[in-house]
Amino acid sequence: MTSLAGPVNQVLGEQILAGERSRSRRWRVQFMLAWLVIVAALVAFVLITINLDTQFIAKWLPFILTGVPVTIFVSFASITLAVILAVLGALGRLSVNPYVNGLASFYVSFFRGTPLLLQIVFIYFALPQMGLVLPEIPTGIIALGFNYGAYMTEVFRSGIQAVPHGQTEAALSLGMSGGTTFRRIIVPQAFRIVTPAIGNDFIAMLKDSSLVSVISVHELLYQAQVAGRPNHKSMQTLLIAAMVYWILTIAFSFFQARLERRQAVGDRSRRPGSG
Amino acid sequence: MNGQGIVHEIHPVELPGPLVPAGAEPIVRATKIEKYFGRNHVLRGCSMTVYPRETITILGRSGSGKSTFLRCLNFLEEPSAGRVEIDDTAVEARPLGDRPRAERERIRKLRTDAGMVFQEFNLFPHLSVIGNLVEAPVHVKHVARPAATELAESYLEKVGLIDKRNEYPSRLSGGQRQRVAIARALTMEPKVLLFDEPTSALDPSLVGEVLKVMESLAHEGRTMIVVTHEMQFAREAADRIYYMHEGQFVEIGPHTQVIDDPQDPRTREFLARFLGPSRSRQAAATPQDEAVAPPPAVGPGPV
Ligand SMILES: Nc1ncnc2c1ncn2[C@@H]1O[C@H](COP(=O)(O)OP(=O)(O)O)[C@@H](O)[C@H]1O
Ligand SMILES: [Mg+2]
Repeated sequence: MTSLAGPVNQVLGEQILAGERSRSRRWRVQFMLAWLVIVAALVAFVLITINLDTQFIAKWLPFILTGVPVTIFVSFASITLAVILAVLGALGRLSVNPYVNGLASFYVSFFRGTPLLLQIVFIYFALPQMGLVLPEIPTGIIALGFNYGAYMTEVFRSGIQAVPHGQTEAALSLGMSGGTTFRRIIVPQAFRIVTPAIGNDFIAMLKDSSLVSVISVHELLYQAQVAGRPNHKSMQTLLIAAMVYWILTIAFSFFQARLERRQAVGDRSRRPGSG
Repeated sequence: MNGQGIVHEIHPVELPGPLVPAGAEPIVRATKIEKYFGRNHVLRGCSMTVYPRETITILGRSGSGKSTFLRCLNFLEEPSAGRVEIDDTAVEARPLGDRPRAERERIRKLRTDAGMVFQEFNLFPHLSVIGNLVEAPVHVKHVARPAATELAESYLEKVGLIDKRNEYPSRLSGGQRQRVAIARALTMEPKVLLFDEPTSALDPSLVGEVLKVMESLAHEGRTMIVVTHEMQFAREAADRIYYMHEGQFVEIGPHTQVIDDPQDPRTREFLARFLGPSRSRQAAATPQDEAVAPPPAVGPGPV
């Protein structure tokens, strides 16, 4: 490069950059326009085909919204239980002890092999025959937690296995015990690997928590049905519930993206084995 | 039971090097190490004696068992037979059955006494440079964090990376990563350092900075066992060179013998490929393993 080429190249570079920026801005505007058109069309369709009955909505909306904290509470409690079970399950599935491994493998197989809805009603309606009576909310949390825990067991196991073996060797060669190596070296790296999966599972959980409406947990979907059915306004109440679920998932997706960006700092451009 | 069955014999050429204090006992005794991978007999009775402050180099072509031997020394690989003793901690091979708790603790002691530097660095990506260094002192030796940090900083200084203290490994070059890995091993203040081809994964332009650190460690009297293809390093730093061929040390001696005047035909063949037929002293080239053709079929024989 001669010294003369410098400024000229810089001007050209700026122009290319400006072009790229304006193209991507235009693309984003068009993208949002597409959404706007679809939403407007849907709203128009609803307004034309049904009587929206704003008075009814004003009266029942607060009632429906009382389901939101319940939904969020059940989801958080269930994902917490699921993570704990998944950690134990993953440890079990990685254990050399055949009994421990067998138990974990049975757990995963059973809870993934049967429907979640069946698990919910089983705990609520069948277990009382054995004298085990649980209230609605704990039933929902246990069913959701065990079911998601089974799926997440496999996710956690593969996350742990995805940490390069060289990490274990380096830790052991420094004199760390197996336990210290696992806690201090493997788990923090595995956790980063599985964070996106936990986030996705949480969002799925927000929606699947609606299944516990069948055992009368007063969560979002249940409240919407209670408000809608006797008044023959299910269209209104269910649409409201749908909107609220949707907003919740968008909000949590946003938090999830932020968390992942934060975690990415510190091990950017990480390649396996290159640490 | 510190391995009564197996008697360590010092090979006649395993004489203490010039830096070894008079009358010093060996600090590493590896005795008749055998290793099978399935039916593959990879190590065939390898013994080694290392005195304090000595630097040992292991040469040999790819697949001859150098890494396996080094990894048997700190039980990253379980030997099929034999015994390892490092600074009065002795562990015998126990290929069948579990080890009792006391013996597992001895292996951990042995590992804290033997720092290891890997070809692939294996730094902890979720910890900063200083975090990598203090992790083991704090969680293994239970050194207080401020004291461990101070120690770690002194070793970062030594490898010339104190300014990268708070950087994450992914932001460092290969040469810098390997120097951090060396400092991490040093921060545990081991009795002996094990290097497994520490420069083989590096861009050629970055090899020098790592070798410089290793040479300074050798000259200040660190006990080191180094698997390498860097002939220049072997020549300048090694008190003794062990040439490994198909799982056996077929030639042991100072560089003036093993590199400049090899006695064993297999060593000669290896060096001929490596340094060119003339085996000139100036030739310090370091071709990759793959460039080394298999040696002629010579039956294995003990040293
Ligand atoms: N974990 C393993 N499982 C099976 N075979 C192995 C394993 N590690 C090494 N080997 C075999 O042992 C032999 C020696 O390998 P290695 O010690 O890595 O040689 P070097 O370090 O001299 O290149 C090779 O034949 C290799 O294929
Ligand atoms: Mg090797």
